[in-house]
Amino acid sequence: MSIQVQGVSKSFTVGGATHAALTDVDIDVAERELICILGPSGCGKSTLLNIVAGFLPPTSGRVLVDGRAISGPGADRGVVFQEYVLFPWLTVAGNVAFGLELKAVPSDERMRIVRHYLTLVGLNAHADKYPVQLSGGMKQRVAIARALANDPAIVLMDEPFGALDAQTREVLQDELSRIQSVEPKTILFVTHSIREAVYLADRVVVMTSAPGRIKQVVPIKLGELRDRFAAEFTQYESELTRLVKEEVAKVHE
Amino acid sequence: MIALLATLAGWAVVTYGNAALGVVNPVLLPTPGAVAAVLVDAIRDGSLLRHVLTSLVRVAEGFGLAALVALVAGLLAGICTPVRLLIEPVIEFVRPIPPLAFLPMFLVWFGLGETSKVAFIGYTTVFPMFVGIAASVLSVDVMLLRAAASLGARRRELIRRVVIPAALPGIIVALRVGFGLALFVIVGAEFMGADAGLGYLIMEGRTFFNPAQIVLGALVLGLLGSLVNWLLLALERRIVPAQKGA
Repeated sequence: MSIQVQGVSKSFTVGGATHAALTDVDIDVAERELICILGPSGCGKSTLLNIVAGFLPPTSGRVLVDGRAISGPGADRGVVFQEYVLFPWLTVAGNVAFGLELKAVPSDERMRIVRHYLTLVGLNAHADKYPVQLSGGMKQRVAIARALANDPAIVLMDEPFGALDAQTREVLQDELSRIQSVEPKTILFVTHSIREAVYLADRVVVMTSAPGRIKQVVPIKLGELRDRFAAEFTQYESELTRLVKEEVAKVHE
Repeated sequence: MIALLATLAGWAVVTYGNAALGVVNPVLLPTPGAVAAVLVDAIRDGSLLRHVLTSLVRVAEGFGLAALVALVAGLLAGICTPVRLLIEPVIEFVRPIPPLAFLPMFLVWFGLGETSKVAFIGYTTVFPMFVGIAASVLSVDVMLLRAAASLGARRRELIRRVVIPAALPGIIVALRVGFGLALFVIVGAEFMGADAGLGYLIMEGRTFFNPAQIVLGALVLGLLGSLVNWLLLALERRIVPAQKGA
């Protein structure tokens, strides 16, 4: 499935004062493409993701999924949140099975799928644990397995690795790009990490500081297996760093 | 445990000391021995069991009824904003009135029989339980709802699979508070126009000038209260093991 974000603007009214969070954003995400949205904090990138997920209505503009306007959240768009948002009363397996139970998938089929995705994220041994018993990195793996097990065509990821330490972060980036090569999805991935964006993205959308607008779209023409220390990689890194820095500087003026 | 024994020892020292020195009339400060004697009598003639059961049945009926109403209304109010806006002002107006102020009204309406006590307990406990339940439903994290919606859950499934399990720990706390309150006010209800129950036992102790019996009634109430609280806590740990700890 493809996503078209067309002329989306969003403003919030707090205590009588209206301020714009997003101004006239257009993005086309092709089927099976991974797009990273990069920008300084407060640029509205999470707001954009919430609009595509259907959690927030845009003030103007619209979001199309395969040519059809969305009207709310749906199982076609899986979401992975920064704060994991697992269901604390369900086990790891119960969390991953949540969407399948809603679709009334028969129980042995459901168990097979749950096991498949827990294996994919390396958590098969923890299927019967509860979320409180897991580390942050494990929780985020469960959240990814939960989203993927529901087989959405689109996965929306809102700074999914932002709360993790640097090592865990790189391990999960590796896992995501491995999973993407096995079962490719259309992915919209919000991050403020430039390295992460260069490592994962087919294209990087750089946002301006608030109100968020698209500053530039940078295609990352690196192969499937990316080396974080290759010369081309660091070249992309410094180019994106320059673009983001201009925006951060504007905030401080 | 040690603190409990120390309290008991303190009680014994004060009352037996008073009996020996004659500071005040020893009848006014019943010794543990005197209370024990009343206890043995009350067990032997079966009156203690009758009083306890009478009170417990009243509490169970009144609380059960109130819990049912509070659950339905609390869930509705927590989920559906118009319902909340409709009920909340009424409840917030009625709630600060001390329930005991309405006790005579219940006697006028329902007479001296069981109905007035059950209704009074129901009336006293329903509001705090409603407020607690509605608040725990309202405070369900919107992110959990978003996560479930993006997995394909519709309104009905969101309520059944997210709102209720997420609010359950808070709901159980509200029920526990309600039950404690029920034990609290049954005494007051039984002070007025009752012929059995722990409140009646205490009042009878006053009427026949038997302070030991008053102390006995109070001690049995305390024991029942901690027993019930302990049972409800155990139940809570069984139902919501997942969200505890770590």
